[in-house]
Amino acid sequence: MKWVLVALCVTSTVVGDVFRSLGMRHHGEIQDFRPGAIGSAMGAIARNWMVIVSTCAMAVSFFSFMKLVSIAPMSFAVPMSAITFIPETLLAKFLLREAVDRQRWIGIALILFGVVFISQ
Amino acid sequence: MPVTDVRRKTQLFAVISVLSNVAGNSALTHGMTQLGGVGNTPLDLIGALFHPWVAIGVTLLIVWTFAHMALLSWADLSYVMPVTAIGYVVTAFSGKFFLGEAVSPMRWAGIVLITAGVTLVGRTAPASSTMDGNTK
Repeated sequence: MKWVLVALCVTSTVVGDVFRSLGMRHHGEIQDFRPGAIGSAMGAIARNWMVIVSTCAMAVSFFSFMKLVSIAPMSFAVPMSAITFIPETLLAKFLLREAVDRQRWIGIALILFGVVFISQ
Repeated sequence: MPVTDVRRKTQLFAVISVLSNVAGNSALTHGMTQLGGVGNTPLDLIGALFHPWVAIGVTLLIVWTFAHMALLSWADLSYVMPVTAIGYVVTAFSGKFFLGEAVSPMRWAGIVLITAGVTLVGRTAPASSTMDGNTK
């Protein structure tokens, strides 16, 4: 059960983040932060299918993480949830075509080890 | 928009994103703990939303969602994801200062590693790509 929840949490988080990034990139840069403009931006974003997929995946991620911490210690759940950094960075590079240079990879590796240490 | 403006805007939204996420999760956890066992039916979960701490938590998480979406509208996922990981450090420090939790040497090492990693990624350009593969 524990590993099923880890797999569900990691997969849904990756899907949620990648689709959110795709959806927001499709929407375009938000530049106007006046309340009316934010309202109309939210309206447009709410109709974006990629953002809808992302929101559903984020909900699955949230509830699966909640369930995971109810049956496993935080020192297990938090580092496991940080595994998402690896597939997300790979997808950012190969699917979203972001320029992930060596500095970013080293930074992400340091953060991953840091999350393992900080959760103990 | 000039590069310095993008960096400044990114830093501002990263701070809003991290603080609203950490505070939102803390408020939600506090509220759910006070409520005790909440049933699994949709009505039970809707009822929980009227608890003040749960309502504050949910409101802050809505702020987080908007800030995170705004960030991703101009910055790379491979930049936003690691930079907002500083939230782990903020959570550890808020546990120390607000709840009096001890920070072990192992956790201090984690704090140093995460901070170093976030600093490294934070020094890269927030937006490096477009969908058609052109580098900005």
